[in-house]
Amino acid sequence: MLELTNIRKAFNQGRHNEYWALDGIELAIPEKQVTALRGPSGSGKTTLLTILGCLARPTEGRVRLKGEDISGLPERFLTEIRRQTFGFIFQQFNLVRGMSAIDNVILSAYPTGRPRKDLLLKAESLLAGVDLGHRRDAKVEWLSGGEQQRVAICRALINDPELLIADEPTANLDTRLSKEFLAILERLADSGRTIVLTSHDPMVVESDVVDFIVSLRDGKIVDEK
Amino acid sequence: MNTWIEKQRHLIDFTLASLARRKGKNLGLLFIYTLLVFVLASVALYTHALRTEAQKVLAGTPEIVLQRLVAGRHDLIPPGYIEQIGRIRGVQKKEGRLWGYYYDSVVKANYTFMAPRDLKIERGEIIVGPALERSRGLAAGNGISFRSYSGELHTFIIADVLPQNSELVSADLVLMHEADFRAFFKYPEGHFTDVAMSVANPQEIKNVAIKLMDSLPDSRPILRDEVLRTYASIFDWREGIMLALLSAAILAFGIFAWEKAAGLSAEEKREIGILKAIGWETGDVIKMKFWEGLLISLTAFFAGYVAAYLHVFHFDAILFESVLKGWAVLYPRFTLPPHIDGLQVATLFFFTVFPYTAAVLVPIWRAATTDPDTVMRG
Repeated sequence: MLELTNIRKAFNQGRHNEYWALDGIELAIPEKQVTALRGPSGSGKTTLLTILGCLARPTEGRVRLKGEDISGLPERFLTEIRRQTFGFIFQQFNLVRGMSAIDNVILSAYPTGRPRKDLLLKAESLLAGVDLGHRRDAKVEWLSGGEQQRVAICRALINDPELLIADEPTANLDTRLSKEFLAILERLADSGRTIVLTSHDPMVVESDVVDFIVSLRDGKIVDEK
Repeated sequence: MNTWIEKQRHLIDFTLASLARRKGKNLGLLFIYTLLVFVLASVALYTHALRTEAQKVLAGTPEIVLQRLVAGRHDLIPPGYIEQIGRIRGVQKKEGRLWGYYYDSVVKANYTFMAPRDLKIERGEIIVGPALERSRGLAAGNGISFRSYSGELHTFIIADVLPQNSELVSADLVLMHEADFRAFFKYPEGHFTDVAMSVANPQEIKNVAIKLMDSLPDSRPILRDEVLRTYASIFDWREGIMLALLSAAILAFGIFAWEKAAGLSAEEKREIGILKAIGWETGDVIKMKFWEGLLISLTAFFAGYVAAYLHVFHFDAILFESVLKGWAVLYPRFTLPPHIDGLQVATLFFFTVFPYTAAVLVPIWRAATTDPDTVMRG
């Protein structure tokens, strides 16, 4: 579904503190499977994830989505692709404080111009699906970490993305909540979604849900299985 | 089209929610901004209304007033001048006027004494202006004494008080019988303070003035247009003084509003990053902030303008009247009829709403064009 060819990514390019976060990445993300990127801190997992999710551009190399080269597309088109194809679950959840859970869920669908009534129906059903129907009107800052993450999952799903991207999804959760997350992940995988996540939590990476593991070190892929 | 409208509705919904989430900051900003518009609009509305009113009043004044100068100072018009003026072609009507100033040491104010020809006043009686009525606590039927410049005491009975709606021009007026006037100021019979005249053809006014100067070399014709221009420049000057006095405050308010509008908090920057990461385009973020800026600036503009309108036309501009009216010590108390100048409103709108909207958009544009991956890294 997603193919990366000779991806390199530099930060502070041309300056004395130039740093290559990714160096020569060749990777194909299999469709309708769960791929986990693992590696120690600074290995380039998050940088790779931002490139896979079109949140950042590679310094060198090509990104192909369903065979189409999207590396050189202008920001406007990348935003469109991001909205239509990807759903993001961030490590810090990145919910908008002061807004209710349901308003946060529909937020990423605003630019689509779909009627608010339809969006609310969809959001209600998504929240109910993760046992948060009763908390729909609660301000997100009043929710627990696990509840906030489930709101973030619903927000990632509101536009029916083909591909879900999750960055360290269990980093801020305890064991019980991490298990709950894995259960949700399994349901999403069973529904035929392609999922890419980063994690160094063995409970996630070594779970049965994950189909494909990519290990990174110093910006390079060291293992794939 | 429906999708576009729905999208704008979503953006406005989000904008309103966003404004509500930062109530403190936005209400403070709205207050300062409204105050700024209020001050500017009050000065503009007040001076414009005053100017328009003065023009209306002066429209009824004589086209030419002739004064006589001796050694560069205003002197009395001697007998024979009016007949001479009547011989000049184009002069339609001529009338000697009697008026003079009197300083009242009790209230430390100057009054204008006048002997009108078209108003019947009995000997020993006077009609006074509303400000004089207030300052001396007078009412119809009361007596008042004035010591003339020769030291004699003259006592008059107040026959009437002039209506308040004429106060702009009658605040300090004392109208009396011609004989009383002449006796008070020791004006010889046949002498006048000046001569008011009208001209048959308005296009000939300047020519008549030239002829007057030729035939009466010690005279000074004053044209109505010149008086109008003088009034306009006086009000312009007063408006300028007022704005100069307020400029420091206006500048401070402006800088504060700019700072508040232009400075993005870490929370706002984070929010923009989130919106971009979850699929909002740079344009959507800018549009949302544009709506936000427009909503604040329009609300402030209309609230400030309406408050200024009420201040000027319903509360008689109590905050600025002493600077803008300036009437010796006897300040006229009057309510100006509302006059609104479209160009003035447009100028005020242009100089308040546009800079604010730009102040909001520039930093947003900068923040919105940054890569959304920053949000991924927390």
